[in-house]
Amino acid sequence: MDANIFQVIWFVLWGLLWGAYFMLDGFVLGTGFLSGIIARSDTEKRVLINSVGPVWDGNEVWLLTAGGATFAAFPTTYALMFSNLYSALILLLFALIVRGVSFEFRGKLDSPVWKGAWDKAIVVSSFLPALLFGVAFGNIFKGIPMRNDFATLSFSYEGSLVGLLNPYGLVTGALFVLLFAVHGSLYISVKTVGDLRSRAISLANRLWPALLVVAVVFLGYTYPATRLYDNYLKAPLLLIVPAIAVVSLVMVKVHAARGEAGKAFLFSCLTVLFVVATGVTGLFPNLLPSSLDPASNLTIYNSSSSLLTLKLMTGVALVVVPIVIAYKVWVYRIFRAPVTAEDVLSDKQAY
Amino acid sequence: MDLVTLSQLQFAATCMFHWIFVPLTLGLSIMTAWMETKYVRTGDETWLRMTKFWGKLFLINFALGVVTGITMEFQFGLNWAEYSRYVGDIFGAPLAIEATVTFFLESVFIGVWIFGWNKVSKKTHALTIWLAAIGTNLSALFILLANAWMQKPVGFAIRNNRAEMTDFIAVVTNPYGWIKYSHTLLSGYALAAFLLMGVSAWHLLRKNEVDFFTRSFRMAAVWGFVASLIVGVSGDFHAVEIAKVQPSKFAAMESIWETRRNADMCLLLLPDAKNECNAVEALKIPGMLSFLAFHDTNAEIKGLKEFPKEMRPPVTPTFLSFRIMVGIGTFMILASFLAIILSRRENFVDNRLFLNLMVMAIPAPYIAQQVGWLVAELGRQPWIVYGVLKTSDAVSKSVTASQVLLSLLGFTVLYGFLGVVDIYLLVKYAKKGPDSDLSNIINVQGRG
Ligand code: HDD
Ligand code: HEM
Ligand code: HEM
Repeated sequence: MDANIFQVIWFVLWGLLWGAYFMLDGFVLGTGFLSGIIARSDTEKRVLINSVGPVWDGNEVWLLTAGGATFAAFPTTYALMFSNLYSALILLLFALIVRGVSFEFRGKLDSPVWKGAWDKAIVVSSFLPALLFGVAFGNIFKGIPMRNDFATLSFSYEGSLVGLLNPYGLVTGALFVLLFAVHGSLYISVKTVGDLRSRAISLANRLWPALLVVAVVFLGYTYPATRLYDNYLKAPLLLIVPAIAVVSLVMVKVHAARGEAGKAFLFSCLTVLFVVATGVTGLFPNLLPSSLDPASNLTIYNSSSSLLTLKLMTGVALVVVPIVIAYKVWVYRIFRAPVTAEDVLSDKQAY
Repeated sequence: MDLVTLSQLQFAATCMFHWIFVPLTLGLSIMTAWMETKYVRTGDETWLRMTKFWGKLFLINFALGVVTGITMEFQFGLNWAEYSRYVGDIFGAPLAIEATVTFFLESVFIGVWIFGWNKVSKKTHALTIWLAAIGTNLSALFILLANAWMQKPVGFAIRNNRAEMTDFIAVVTNPYGWIKYSHTLLSGYALAAFLLMGVSAWHLLRKNEVDFFTRSFRMAAVWGFVASLIVGVSGDFHAVEIAKVQPSKFAAMESIWETRRNADMCLLLLPDAKNECNAVEALKIPGMLSFLAFHDTNAEIKGLKEFPKEMRPPVTPTFLSFRIMVGIGTFMILASFLAIILSRRENFVDNRLFLNLMVMAIPAPYIAQQVGWLVAELGRQPWIVYGVLKTSDAVSKSVTASQVLLSLLGFTVLYGFLGVVDIYLLVKYAKKGPDSDLSNIINVQGRG
């Protein structure tokens, strides 16, 4: 496996896919776990679920694409990342499964007990992925205790589920939760009207300082806990990536404070995207570092597919992804109007 | 139990559960699109009510197909790390293409279809269900090409300690894959048609909405017959291909122990795996097996004894599964043929015997689907990639047996619960029958 440009291309795409996933599912997860606090009546709950209804599945597919791309472009990373983090990912899967069916099942029976149970399920199953993805990415940034010998093909892992809950992992978990909470409450402000909207935007305003504090802690703690800064020290120009993240985060507050939910939401999209980009840029050329020994790092060089597969997948991505983005934009335009209580009460097909 | 067995069990359980919902999605998506197209073309509101009613069942079923699919996407890495590392260069590509090309299509346009009744024009709305249905049907193609590669590996070379792709065209034109695709896709259509007929028959027995359900039944009968017929034919192609490329699976499917020319086929057969022979062999058709497998009564069929014991698939389950599938397939061809004829008759709704039969036939294609996969996957053992990689070498080494046991228990409880709820809802909405009030939708759609 000689080094080639397609490995770099797929590293960038890999980061972008994860970024796109967190940007798009982030607000669905946020809306989901905030529905427990923000919505005060059955109708309001339905408004929230219907505000994400048309798009949640399409957004989740970015996760499948990110997973599929890892498999196709970096099979060794796919294999070791998923098997080493087995228990955490199984938990994550269960949560995503429950979340998906909750949306569909909740409205199918007209019983308060039934609906109440699914409402709780939505809150828990949206909160867990936010936290677990954060913890997982914290540990990916930091490196996990694995030993890999690529010559003899011996791969071993010395970590555990509890080991993932180290302070840095938890800080990153908190960062993701708060990011998605702000992101979600801004989405709610854009997609609803009246009282619900004002509650949502004031929640975003109140959560923002906490997010800022955690973000600062995260950026500071990253220095001793990881080697992410190495790349930035080598090429300071790259600092533009975290700089955009920070500026966007500030702009979120500027607009949210003025009640401009739409603009604030766009900046929170940028924030999520660039927070992920900050981490991924720091990782390069690693996909999953080892905390024990740099020779065990999974890099784009030692874990990638063959040149033929990488070229093929590049062709597919270049043709298909723009088309996907085009029709997704079309769909977001169709559903751009806020969801109101009247919509929900009159539309039988709605959730 | 050891790690490999537990991982196999978990993989089998999650696949088979995914597969309860997938075939109906494959068939019903297309049929719903067909109904809505009829509505747009003719303006006849019964077609719209059919779209809505069957579409609702489609969506309840779809929800579980989607969420159980997420497990599928990740469990290769979770439980079969060595497999993923070894063949990811080839196997990963169709999976990634499936996600980018087809899952987006299906999930995005399903969203528009569900929520867009008042937001887009009639024609655009019908277009969205077509796009979703095409996405769904195409997704089956890519995943089945991936599965077919495990059955009949092509277009690769062993390099850098793994299987690397050398010829993508060979992978996507793998005859095994296209046979698999036609067989599986059409078996989904057949299953959906039998569900439509069964539910319609249930309502006709109660004289509910006679016009609505007679029309649904007639449409489904034609779909069901054509699909079942193609399923039978492609199933035969499948068997022929297997005799060629996976002799050990073929021998297990037919329970043949000794290698023979001019092999007979026994209608009544029971394997005795312990003594490496058949306990019962009766109703012989001379030379039939050689003829079926190679279209030549004189062709040689390899027996199981050609393979060392540890290289044979589990014979009895493979054999029985195959027999059950073929039996149900034959039944489906006959039943749907009768359904076409009887449903054209005047007094069709009074034919209680046949209507009852069609209600009771709903589970039959489901059983055929499950045992069909048992044939395919059990029959491939002990290989995970036939002739290339053994299942026991493919498992994740950093995962412990107790971890898998725990997750398997988790899946059992979670899937069991969700399955019960989903089937309960399906039955409830199927029994409820179509909505009579469509004024809301039609008014608004009139504008578009
Ligand atoms: C309604 C469902 C259904 C019905 C009625 C049939 N099948 Fe089937 N069959 C399937 C549903 C299915 C399936 C679930 O779709 C499988 C599993 C793997 C695959 O490719 O398709 C399958 C697999 C499968 C295989 C093994 C493929 C492999 O090993 O890769 C063979 C040889 C056949 N079928 C042959 C038949 C024949 C001769 C039938 C006679 C009518 C038949 N099937 C009816
Ligand atoms: C096309 C997608 C599929 C792929 C790529 C696939 C692949 C696999 C893999 C990797 C295993 C585990 C290793 C092994 O035991 O050989 C397996 C086993 C199995 N699969 Fe599939 N499978 C697919 C679809 C299905 C479906 C839809 C079903 C059932 C409805 C199914 C039923 C089984 C069963 C029963 C086993 C267990 C066999 C055994 O352990 O002996 N598979 N398959
Ligand atoms: C083992 C391999 C498989 C993987 C990795 C897989 C993956 C997935 C995923 C991720 C989804 C959810 C898509 C979404 O969010 O919209 C899904 C749904 C679906 N899958 Fe699978 N799947 C597998 C086996 C199969 C097979 C063998 C078929 C068909 C022949 C199939 C057909 C479908 C269909 C039609 C859907 C649409 C949803 C539904 O059925 O309700 N899958 N699958």
